[in-house]
Amino acid sequence: MGRFVIKRLIYMVITLWVIATGTFFLMHSLPGSPLENEDRIPPELREQILEQYGLNDPLPVQYVKFLGDLVQGDLGNSFKYDGRSITAMIMEGFPASAQLGLQAMIFGVLVGVALGTVSALRRGSWVDNGSTVLSVLGYAVPSFTLAALFSYYVGVVWGVLPTAGWGTFAHSILPSLSLSFLVIAQITRYVRTEMLEVLGQDYMKTARAKGLNRKTVIFRHGLRNALIPAITILGPLTVALLTGSLVVEQIFNIPGMGWMFVDSIMTNDYTMIMGVTMFYSFLLVLSIFIVDILYGVVDPRIRLTSPKE
Amino acid sequence: MGKRWRLALAFLLAASTVLAGCGGVKQGAGAGDKQVLNWLESQEPPGLDSSISTDVVSFNILNNVREGLYRLNKENQPEPAMAKDVKISDDKKTYTFTLRDAKWSDGKPVTAHDFEYAWKRALNPKTKSEYAYILYPIKGAQAYNEDKGDAEDVGVKAVDDKTLKVELKDPIPYFLMMTSFATYLPQREDIVEKYGGDYAQDPDKMLYNGPFVMSDWKHNKSFQLKKNDKYWDKENVKLDTINFKITKETSTGVNYYNTGKSDFVNLSAGFVDKYKDHEDTVTFHETTTFYLQFNTNEKFFSNEKIRKAFSMAIDRSIITDKISKIGDPAKGLVPPNVEVDGKSFRDLSGEHLKYDPEKAKELLQEGMKEEGIEKAPKIELLGYDTDTAKPEQEYMKEQFKKVLGVDVQIQILPFKQKLERESNGDFQLSYAGWGADYNDPMTFMDMWMTGGGFNRGDWSNKKYDELIEKAQSNPDFKERAEQLVEAEKILMDDQGVAPLYHRARLQLQKPYVKNVWRHPFGADYSFKEAYIEGKE
Repeated sequence: MGRFVIKRLIYMVITLWVIATGTFFLMHSLPGSPLENEDRIPPELREQILEQYGLNDPLPVQYVKFLGDLVQGDLGNSFKYDGRSITAMIMEGFPASAQLGLQAMIFGVLVGVALGTVSALRRGSWVDNGSTVLSVLGYAVPSFTLAALFSYYVGVVWGVLPTAGWGTFAHSILPSLSLSFLVIAQITRYVRTEMLEVLGQDYMKTARAKGLNRKTVIFRHGLRNALIPAITILGPLTVALLTGSLVVEQIFNIPGMGWMFVDSIMTNDYTMIMGVTMFYSFLLVLSIFIVDILYGVVDPRIRLTSPKE
Repeated sequence: MGKRWRLALAFLLAASTVLAGCGGVKQGAGAGDKQVLNWLESQEPPGLDSSISTDVVSFNILNNVREGLYRLNKENQPEPAMAKDVKISDDKKTYTFTLRDAKWSDGKPVTAHDFEYAWKRALNPKTKSEYAYILYPIKGAQAYNEDKGDAEDVGVKAVDDKTLKVELKDPIPYFLMMTSFATYLPQREDIVEKYGGDYAQDPDKMLYNGPFVMSDWKHNKSFQLKKNDKYWDKENVKLDTINFKITKETSTGVNYYNTGKSDFVNLSAGFVDKYKDHEDTVTFHETTTFYLQFNTNEKFFSNEKIRKAFSMAIDRSIITDKISKIGDPAKGLVPPNVEVDGKSFRDLSGEHLKYDPEKAKELLQEGMKEEGIEKAPKIELLGYDTDTAKPEQEYMKEQFKKVLGVDVQIQILPFKQKLERESNGDFQLSYAGWGADYNDPMTFMDMWMTGGGFNRGDWSNKKYDELIEKAQSNPDFKERAEQLVEAEKILMDDQGVAPLYHRARLQLQKPYVKNVWRHPFGADYSFKEAYIEGKE
């Protein structure tokens, strides 16, 4: 177990370094500079300011400097948001994004597992058919479409929940709901399929034959096995939630960090592009790592140490 | 099982209505005839350090919480603000400002030193101010900013606490107006030094001398202005509070507007058609010209008749009436709201552009004969990637084909990429725009001089250069106006550039919001004398 963890940690660092390097050079191949009034500034003044920022240095020099700062955990200051620290800006935005993602995830997983289980147990019932329709919709309709519909109908036409904004729990319901549809759709399908397969297994019959009641059989023997594939997709789903929240955050006017992605690339805010990319990459790599560990917890058959050679 | 789920769902819905209800009641209590205005801004203010601000959101805030020597009034004319009075020398190059007794929000007086310090700070190359060039009319400013001169040689001097002497490079008629621009705002040296890198990053890390103070700033979410008790003209300030929500999506803003959470929304192009007949609309005319620029280094576009043919092939009113459904068709380079010597420049200069497909065809043939071109080459038009510009570019392409029989291919590029190709002269035809920095035709005209940094198509005309140079240093403002009128005529006759239209924006504003001043230069709004009346 210990060796496995260390090995995975080393891979994590290498992955992050590759991402940092790739992004750095791609970003610098974008035309233009981070100056905001680039279309109006006199060329001489432009050159002089770029010089001051060290942006006229050869790229390898800038790269080494960037990597040095990164290792020390210094993401630098924003170009566009005059001198504000990138770390501070990310930390201002992250709590809202995280709350949104987490709520969507928890709600989505709970509903998804329940719907999936019920659909499998009552094949062909209205619950099963209904959840199929819901899943197809959840897959096919992007979260931002749902967001716009929710905001308009629930917020403006019915006036039940705030159309947009952030602060109270009520503000977070609609955006979380829009994001959770994809989670519900995916989890429901996985759990249903897997549950059907598990229900037909011999050990389920054995468990019944032992005289265990239906509830115990379904939850302890059935669901636990059926959940393994669902856990596999939690990693990618987390990423989908984080990136999917980008537009949803804009529609609901949430002070998260999704906007930083687009904004920084449009304005060539180099430090912010790198800061946000590194932060998200770190989260992604971390979530994959956690999922790997979770496998072992849910399913003892999966060994985290390699068998003796 | 089914029943239980339905129950849970019902409970969830019930809970959410209760929660939403709480929010609603709270909002309602703020209404009444209280002087509270709810406004929207499109992004987090990137920087309130007035020496380095470059964007309109920051300008809007600064214009309402700070004040320069002069301030734009309702008619967009400069009126004395921190300055009580000014004496202008006969050669119109020396301005001696006398300051009034005004105070910063910490109670200390606003002095002439605060102006000298702020202007020199913006010009200091180490400040990396991207708008420093707006101070270039001041003698020695450009040299100091380009690290070729000293701070002592910059023509701004605090003679004493109440007297500021400014020497200009050339006599310009728009200098008083420029002193209302953000980069010209005063700053307190002790405060800037005290906070260093954190200066102006939060409401308590800066000082105010304008009608309002910034009382709250939740980064990327909202900010709030409150009436400034220390403001010299506080009798005329009626609003107590202005709440701003930072809202990037227009649709979100429209929802806020329709549910009464905001008294204002600025509509993006996609919403114009739907809301243009709404009863709350306000049209905000920008001082912006969009135009076609020709690369005159290309043999094809080096011919004036061919350039003219391209200009005449476009019916400008189609763009403003049928495509974007807002804005004014261009009659010349300079927008209608620009003034010179107290008069509208457009009235003086008249109309230079017309749609004439027959004449266009003729001119193209003549021009091609002159250049010895048999068949028109394939032309590439550099275009914007915005939703507004795409149909406009398509229309132009269609007209060039239909009227002139010339194939034009549109190359849509992201803004920075397009700019790079234009700066490198790597284009044939490009669709571009320019907005005014100050209320004078010069802001649109000096850029077309030979060798000018923004004259991307390298159009060149000796007579034009001479006229602009003369106008730049002419202390006789009446004659100067005539020179500019003549210069515009040359530029249009020669079609160095083909202006298309002047942009406008559609906004919704509740009828109970009164007296918000809109400015076509620098900041968009002044809330100084705005008030709420008739909100039930």
